[in-house]
Amino acid sequence: MPLLPILQYPDERLKQVSQPVEHFDDELRAFIADLEQTMRAGPGGVGIAAPQVGRFQRIAIVDVSSKPNIEHHGRLILINPEITEWDGMKIGREGCMSVPDYTGNVIRAEKIRITARDEFGTSQSYDMHGYEARAVQHEVDHLDGLLFLDRLVSRRNDLFQRKVYK
Amino acid sequence: MSKWYMLTLVGKDRPGIVSHVAGALYEGGCNLGEASMMRLGGNFTIMLMVKFDGKQKQLEELVSTVADSMALKLHVDAIDAELHHHVIPDIRISVYGADRAGIVAKVTQALEEVGFNILDLESDVAGTEDKPIYIMHIEGTASEGFDAVKAILDIMSKEEGVDTKISRFDTLIG
Ligand SMILES: [Zn+2]
Repeated sequence: MPLLPILQYPDERLKQVSQPVEHFDDELRAFIADLEQTMRAGPGGVGIAAPQVGRFQRIAIVDVSSKPNIEHHGRLILINPEITEWDGMKIGREGCMSVPDYTGNVIRAEKIRITARDEFGTSQSYDMHGYEARAVQHEVDHLDGLLFLDRLVSRRNDLFQRKVYK
Repeated sequence: MSKWYMLTLVGKDRPGIVSHVAGALYEGGCNLGEASMMRLGGNFTIMLMVKFDGKQKQLEELVSTVADSMALKLHVDAIDAELHHHVIPDIRISVYGADRAGIVAKVTQALEEVGFNILDLESDVAGTEDKPIYIMHIEGTASEGFDAVKAILDIMSKEEGVDTKISRFDTLIG
């Protein structure tokens, strides 16, 4: 199984909106296997989206199980994912295999509910929070042509919004 | 061959400093690297990496015209650039409290003792003139782990009467 080359910003194609998957066949599953291997080959990669390797279909993989002390659902294949509920907001630091050598603060929903199909076309639903929910939101953004660079917030003053209250 | 320099410019804040400095550097054939530009008190401060195809003296001459016109003090050092090797911080610390002498020294000495390396430090004096408060945000890496840093900060809070907040951040790469 080959590792797939990762598109890197400023490649215009990363800004493209990906299309829904219609056929859940062996070709799709072979691609997902390659995509997963590519994700796991990256240092510390906990998620990947198909457009990052130049396939503009709504496919993402998330697996945060390597991180200590967090709740998670293990290896998630998310095809045509829809986030249906959001709750809470939290700042966290993100980076991206498509944006090497840069990390920045991004606000994401703390809890989400997501529905998606798996690689066999079966509909699944997950309630998740924290780090795993952040990873899913990062990957779903890729499917809509958004990078974490589009959502950066200032590093400064995240504890105090304003210095003087009058 | 092009070399990297660190330019330091400091002066009373006024409109147009960044655009005038950047314009002069661009016209002089410089490339800009990483920078920190910030208003501190009523001063504007620039720390800026510049790639320049010439000697330090020539760069100083190039910048001194614009620095003089904007009343900025100028300092230039030759540096190693080391771009594309960002160190990712894993701990963020906030310290705040009534402003008084020695907070930064005490906190940072304590942090050094437990192997905490500062990558980024920003601080503000806020509050009012009669009741100033000091707010400091630090990001860095902990060679001896989170718990050691947390323990020393708890001691700092008690001994120095400052509030400290520490959080771990696990940068998500996706
Ligand atoms: Zn990404």
